[in-house]
Amino acid sequence: MDTLLSGFQILAQWEVLMALAIGSIGGVIIGALPGVGPAVAIAILLPATFAFEPIVGLTLLLGIYGSSMYGGAIPAILINTPGTPVNALTTYDGYPMTRRKEGHRALSLAYTASFFGGIFSVICLILLSPLLAVIAPHFGSREIFLAAFMGILLVVVAHRGQTFAAGMLACFGIFLNTVGLEPVKYTKRFTFDQSWLSSGFDLIVVVLGLFALSQAFLLLIEKDHAPGDAHVQGSMLAGMKELLGIKRIATVSSSLGVLMGMIPGVGEFTAQFLSYTYAQKTSKNPDAFGDGSPEGLVASEAANNAVPGAAMIPLLALGIPGEALTAMMLSVFYVHNVIPGPQLFETQLDFVMALYLALILLNVIVLVFLLFSTNLLLKIIQIPTRFLGMMILTLSFIGVYSLRNSITDCAIAAGFGVFGLILKRLNLPIVPIILGMVLGGIMEVKLRAAMAAVKTPIDFISRPIAAVIFVMIIGILVLHVRTLIREQKAKQKPEPVGPNYEHSSQQG
Amino acid sequence: MTRIKYFQELFQRYRRPGDLVFAVVFLLFALFLLSQLGEQTKWVKRTKWFGQPSLWPSIAVWGMVIFGAFHLLGSIVSPRIYGRLKEVVFWLRSLEYVLYFLAYVAIVPLCGYLPSTILFALFLTLRAGFRRPLHLTLAALFAVCVALIFRGFLQVKIPAGEIYQYLPEAIRAFALTYL
Repeated sequence: MDTLLSGFQILAQWEVLMALAIGSIGGVIIGALPGVGPAVAIAILLPATFAFEPIVGLTLLLGIYGSSMYGGAIPAILINTPGTPVNALTTYDGYPMTRRKEGHRALSLAYTASFFGGIFSVICLILLSPLLAVIAPHFGSREIFLAAFMGILLVVVAHRGQTFAAGMLACFGIFLNTVGLEPVKYTKRFTFDQSWLSSGFDLIVVVLGLFALSQAFLLLIEKDHAPGDAHVQGSMLAGMKELLGIKRIATVSSSLGVLMGMIPGVGEFTAQFLSYTYAQKTSKNPDAFGDGSPEGLVASEAANNAVPGAAMIPLLALGIPGEALTAMMLSVFYVHNVIPGPQLFETQLDFVMALYLALILLNVIVLVFLLFSTNLLLKIIQIPTRFLGMMILTLSFIGVYSLRNSITDCAIAAGFGVFGLILKRLNLPIVPIILGMVLGGIMEVKLRAAMAAVKTPIDFISRPIAAVIFVMIIGILVLHVRTLIREQKAKQKPEPVGPNYEHSSQQG
Repeated sequence: MTRIKYFQELFQRYRRPGDLVFAVVFLLFALFLLSQLGEQTKWVKRTKWFGQPSLWPSIAVWGMVIFGAFHLLGSIVSPRIYGRLKEVVFWLRSLEYVLYFLAYVAIVPLCGYLPSTILFALFLTLRAGFRRPLHLTLAALFAVCVALIFRGFLQVKIPAGEIYQYLPEAIRAFALTYL
């Protein structure tokens, strides 16, 4: 209880509340703009947050992360264009409802399902925190190494149909992290005697290039278009009553969102896939799924909104980011010399509580904002895409240049911008590169530390948590191979080609 | 029900034009790194395998080569998708904007953040095909807001423009700090 009160005190500072309000409302607007996801916004704002207290910077970024999916549902439902990639599934049932003149009902339901998912995940986290505080200290170097390895493995196998591409890009990320002067033996790695390579590739420069600059280039080159006009009428509160009738699906979907959010390398897409499949299988009206089913809409929105809160678990408890957005947030911790990990739960539980309370508050702020301003947002999102590209390119400069005032950084970021554009055009995933960079560094350090205490190979997995993670890794590999064999046996029809059949591989 | 079937398929990824070009270039890059592995990383004496500086670069580069080879194999055995050249030209078109971006980076320390940002935003707006005064005004307004919020209010670390030295004394200090 004391910790909770202490968390309230941290949150009650005006800077934190201001950051929360700006982050939440800004996140909704960013999420509602097709073409700008939370990753772009977080990448741009990241260096600006270094000047703030860690809690202020993190609250701002958390606000954007947690609220963007609310905003992304608006264009997904009303104009069949997902605001963020994770709202793609929402178009499936949301847009058919709009065509049936039920756009207002769909939006209202999406907001309340998102709210339910968001709050559900934070309540789970608050209840789980004491348990985490007990378990987290048992994570030593070998456990963290195994968890980071599991994260890499999951991010590769989760990209079904693109496993090789995800694998090579994850390895590319690990490679990027190794470039430069290594800090233990002071040898140079892949510097080619170039002074600009000696300090290696900064994560933020790479992130800004891959997410923000690439998106700006893409929007500026592609044909200009502006999302169509739309308007909704009526109270947005009606969905609350309807959600009560679908509470089973909302609860299961949120639980799956929490579970998938907690596992590094998985995230929203898998949570949505599982919850949507569950909802469809247990529905009395499965044929309506994909054709405007409220249950499908709830499954999609509750699951994706439950993920951000849960994704903070591996980040805070173990210092392991599960996806690109939390990987970016990790750098905020590092800049302030706050090292997330087991000791954070032991010594700064009030800080963790403050973040959880911020998550609750952000859901409330966003819901209230959306109840009254949906039509205003529909006007804002009509910005022409090329104009948006100009805005992103202008803003990206601040992100890269303010780091070290380095022209080289800007050139590197621009290079990664072109690389990111190619990946986006080919629908190849960017997230494995970022996770490879971050988790590769963690694995290198933790393996070195862990092996000092390991005499025989079996020692590595002799502790209970290490053994459990090891079994999970084996399980993931076995399941993946089994799925591949099943698919082969089923002799699937040839792969269709073209945008109508695709699922985006991009995050943010 | 058919839409559900399609939904299952949505979670698979498909190829696009240009995939083969990317796969070839990536594998060549990985092979180049592999050829440089001995030269660019060191195997240190009296150090166990897990502490070797070359361990993780080796894992990464070998991973890039092996996964990259399989990715290329997948591209080769897949049916050809037309539009490869058009796609590569699209990638190369981004270099034009890289050039503009780097020019912007170069002029900021000379002309100052606010004037450079206004110029950059107006230029890009014109280049993107917007000619109406409304769009140009909005672009200029956007640039002013960005400069004032980030450099003026948030005090983000961007050097003052050399040109500010020549401003009248009354506003020089203000410009050096906030614009």
